[in-house]
Amino acid sequence: MKRVKPVKENCIGCHLCELACLTAHSASGDLIIAYTKERPAGLSPCKTVIHRGDSAVALSCQHCADPKCVHACIAGALFRDPASGRIEYDEARCVGCWSCIMACPFGSIGRDPAKGKIFKCDLCKDRGSPACVEVCPNAALVLENDE
Amino acid sequence: MAFTPITKTYHDFFVDRDRENCIDCQVCVRQCSYGVHYWDENRQQVRHDSSKCIGCQRCAALCPTQCLTIRRKPSEFREHNVWKPHFLKYIYRQAETGGVLLGGMGCVTDIPIYFDNMLLDASQVTNPSIDPLREPMELKTFLGAKPEKLEIEPSASGPVLKTRIAPQIELNYPIMFAAMSLGAINFNLHVGMARAAEELGIAWNTGEGGLHKDLYKYGKNTIVQVASGRFGVHRDYLNAGCGVEIKIGQGAKPGIGGHLPGEKIDERVSQTRMVPLGSDAISPAPHHDIYSIEDLLQLIYALKEATSYTKPVAVKIAAVHHAPAIASGIVRAGADIVCIDGMRGGTGAAPIMFRDYVGIPIELALASVDQRLREEGIRNRASIVVSGGIRCSADVVKAIALGADAVYIGSAALIATGCTMCGRCYTGKCPWGIATNNPELAKRQNPDMAARKLANLVKAWGHEIQEMLGAMGLNSIESLRGNRDKLRAVGLNQVELDILGIKHAGR
Repeated sequence: MKRVKPVKENCIGCHLCELACLTAHSASGDLIIAYTKERPAGLSPCKTVIHRGDSAVALSCQHCADPKCVHACIAGALFRDPASGRIEYDEARCVGCWSCIMACPFGSIGRDPAKGKIFKCDLCKDRGSPACVEVCPNAALVLENDE
Repeated sequence: MAFTPITKTYHDFFVDRDRENCIDCQVCVRQCSYGVHYWDENRQQVRHDSSKCIGCQRCAALCPTQCLTIRRKPSEFREHNVWKPHFLKYIYRQAETGGVLLGGMGCVTDIPIYFDNMLLDASQVTNPSIDPLREPMELKTFLGAKPEKLEIEPSASGPVLKTRIAPQIELNYPIMFAAMSLGAINFNLHVGMARAAEELGIAWNTGEGGLHKDLYKYGKNTIVQVASGRFGVHRDYLNAGCGVEIKIGQGAKPGIGGHLPGEKIDERVSQTRMVPLGSDAISPAPHHDIYSIEDLLQLIYALKEATSYTKPVAVKIAAVHHAPAIASGIVRAGADIVCIDGMRGGTGAAPIMFRDYVGIPIELALASVDQRLREEGIRNRASIVVSGGIRCSADVVKAIALGADAVYIGSAALIATGCTMCGRCYTGKCPWGIATNNPELAKRQNPDMAARKLANLVKAWGHEIQEMLGAMGLNSIESLRGNRDKLRAVGLNQVELDILGIKHAGR
């Protein structure tokens, strides 16, 4: 099972991962357009950098082995892909009840108020490899394979 | 500008923000530790105050849209060959503060860099060059006293070495990481240097701030330093390393001591240096127990006693006018290694007058020390290690051809980990996370990445050195050592040629 593991000791709180995530999930694929045009229209990064004192950490879906969000989902929009181990999200099925948001222990599921649906990390499956891992200047995000 | 002293008006850099590409993401705001970039609530956009910019390039390096260019502020002063702008700025600063001018990194003046006037030889028809990819090419170096001669005894199982060999430091490359103390740079970089040194089979130097307890495991690749402040020096520390270095002077600031401000003495630095938390750590200019070569001899032998004569003892001096005579005394006092730090050597903080105008270039000091020790017949009794402005592998090769056994790299090592030579190390706000103990900034140096980059740098230089040796028809670094015939000079006068002991190109 793959997941992007945050390494708190190395996170410098630059937020570049958020920008990379935003771009990777944008329609334009262009950071400037994604940030200045698509973001005000509702696009959000699946990654959130949290600061506390000197520490920072970049959180996103951990693709848990025992996914609380999947148990909580009333519409079957969240499910675990047995082959990849990824927690997949079928946007068409999401009814916007936000149960998964309440259940996620990492606070890693976001709300898109424009669509009335959630969004979460998909490990950049269409991109090949997670953009956040690639952009991190301090190796504070590591693609881990638990198997 | 309103409400600002003129010293602030004549700042050195300005931020050029390409508004078309800036997305106001505030990455620059978070990265700048000098408060240049800020979020303007009124305008709802990122703004900057160029007068605070020190030109470290951190913001430009991390800006995701590459909209930032840090430019030198064009001088508004009238051209004047005597009153160059930096002198005016120094005077404005001092008129304002009444204080000594401080600077970081090495000498910035345009004093000749002799390395740049020296060219290397290469084999052609009559003495074939060697391809290091196909044939053995030895870079291994041993630092320590070498015997006058080797006595060998025959025995039933073959010849046996009878001469007792003095303790040596074994290096896979003739390159070591220079003394940079814990406190001046942070723990993450000490970890990085230690790991890289272990991987490469070379040595790193603790600097004068002691060795953190977590790094004792890298002892066989660590040279522990004893300086005038005696910070962190105790029996276990002396025995932890592969060698002990007595620091008498430093190329960046010969003749003066050091001062690590109390703000940099955090828990880890305090424990390692054995000084109270938050107290200034002041290294006196002299060692208060060394006022003669005889006194130095006593310290050398005290350290040899403390380490049971198992480790070579080095003495590091700044390259100054009488370096050859001093080096001769050091060798006669029993040092196994003489380290000479040239005036271009870096530092975390030095008075600018010292950094720029005290000491002599390493090339001249090295050549004259090597020559003097040879003439006195004691060159074998000590290895020579030089530092202070070694910028590339060709500098290493030239230094070795001039007579060095190995070199220390300090600035080059820091540059490998991101340093841009902005020279504000003494502020403790290093935006690259190097010369700072602020935990938020220090995190910017991931020890794994630092170790990898440092190891890569030395490996890359190693490859280049092998290629240069091969081109000269040599197959070991030993054959280059002191082999000044492999050097030729361009654009130097006869006095310089005589001191360097090399011929002019064409001869």
